[in-house]
Amino acid sequence: MAEYRLRTPLSEQDVRKLVVGDIVYLSGVIVSARDAAHKRALEILRRGEKLPIDLSGLAVYHVGPVVRKTESGWDIISAGPTTSTRMELYEAEFIERTGVRMIIGKGGMGPKTTEACKRFGAVYTIYPGGVAALAAKAVKRVVDVYWLDLGIPEAMWVMEVEDFGPLTVIIDSRGNNFYEERYREIRNKLDKEIYPHILSLLEK
Amino acid sequence: MYSDLEEIIRKTVVKLLELAATDLPEDVENTLKVAYEKETNSMAKSMLKSIIDNVLVARKWRYAICQDTGTVIFYVKADPKIPVVSDLPNILRRATAEATNLIPLRPNAVDPFTEKNSGDNTGRYIPWIEWDIVKDLGYIEITALLKGGGSEAPSIAKTLTPAEGLKGLVKVVLETIYESGAKPCPPVIVGVGIGPTADIAINLAKKAALLRPLGIRSSDPNAAKLEEILLEAINKMDLGTHGVGGVTTALDVHVEYAYRHPASFSVGVVVSCWALRRASARIYPDGKVEYISHKVL
Repeated sequence: MAEYRLRTPLSEQDVRKLVVGDIVYLSGVIVSARDAAHKRALEILRRGEKLPIDLSGLAVYHVGPVVRKTESGWDIISAGPTTSTRMELYEAEFIERTGVRMIIGKGGMGPKTTEACKRFGAVYTIYPGGVAALAAKAVKRVVDVYWLDLGIPEAMWVMEVEDFGPLTVIIDSRGNNFYEERYREIRNKLDKEIYPHILSLLEK
Repeated sequence: MYSDLEEIIRKTVVKLLELAATDLPEDVENTLKVAYEKETNSMAKSMLKSIIDNVLVARKWRYAICQDTGTVIFYVKADPKIPVVSDLPNILRRATAEATNLIPLRPNAVDPFTEKNSGDNTGRYIPWIEWDIVKDLGYIEITALLKGGGSEAPSIAKTLTPAEGLKGLVKVVLETIYESGAKPCPPVIVGVGIGPTADIAINLAKKAALLRPLGIRSSDPNAAKLEEILLEAINKMDLGTHGVGGVTTALDVHVEYAYRHPASFSVGVVVSCWALRRASARIYPDGKVEYISHKVL
């Protein structure tokens, strides 16, 4: 497991070298997108229109932040990841159409995203869920915000971050999905060790 | 327009919501620190370090620990003789709306039909209030709980046959933890309820998970033994912090039960993320306020 400091825009080479278990600290511009923003972005792109920001090489963060309006703009005051599995529905096409190189979330993603990461050169990383105050501290400024009509959590926030991490690589661009491998091991352990042991305890 | 006591309660509830959102209770923080010390998996250890650092940053800056400030739930223990008790639903609602703007909390109350977010964490039946009317208590005790959405996903109530009983219960609990994997933000706190009906079981599970301090075993020896068996089994799974592996998957398991029906063995499982956010205070009829969960100057 290696540790990297990367900056957006990320190149294909930047992400192709990463393998599951690697740690990344990310700087540069990232954008937030939850369910509604993914849905809208795909609708726009399918019509052949452009998104308000070019996402190629950037990172997309699954987050619905708590924000505070200031005189000059916005402050992000809490910004931990939301569960990524909900975005599985959109992510493969999103990666293909936007050219994003990194997805940041929590909880894991499925086979379609794993395949898209491999095909188009992207990675899925997790930031520890609930670590939201610390994440907000890594946001240096809000560059812009789009689609506020979707509500504050669902809007697309464009943020400049510095040393945002630790981001752990869960899906790399070589077809590995760390969680899926782990869940197979746990299933095995449950059936072979844990259940027999616990059921014998209950017999007593 | 409002009596002094109503004003005191309203202000106290706003404070409780602020404490719950920004300041993790001591028992939870200490249990996380023990988990960090014990951890042997380096990935899990670095995440636990981030989690503990985050708790400190949130407390210092009064930032929300997690951006999902949850569904607002109140557990109220009240002496029915205190006149203001019947006004509590109104007071709790106003305080929730006020706290949402002030702290701020993320607006999380959504109409399931129109998809409209009310914007202030209030709505039909929300904030949710659980009552415990206690004769001659002499005070009102309010616990504010912020229940995150992600860790609510695995919640389950299931009615087993008495023949399935405890063995069936163990399977329900372990499969729930397995199926939810990294999604509910482990290390988790697990509440298990047993009772005659599904709703009683899950209600008890929720109370067990969220209200009892971590590290405290049930006063009932059978329930306490089941807690230990389940805690050991869950931690043997090696799911670990955020699913990366490690010796701590659950910070604690709490079991609560009611007598069951001869024909049913209902089981409820409620999971809390590591950020178990609760704050409690007692309010006396003379206006004295005593914070129980946090030190407030």
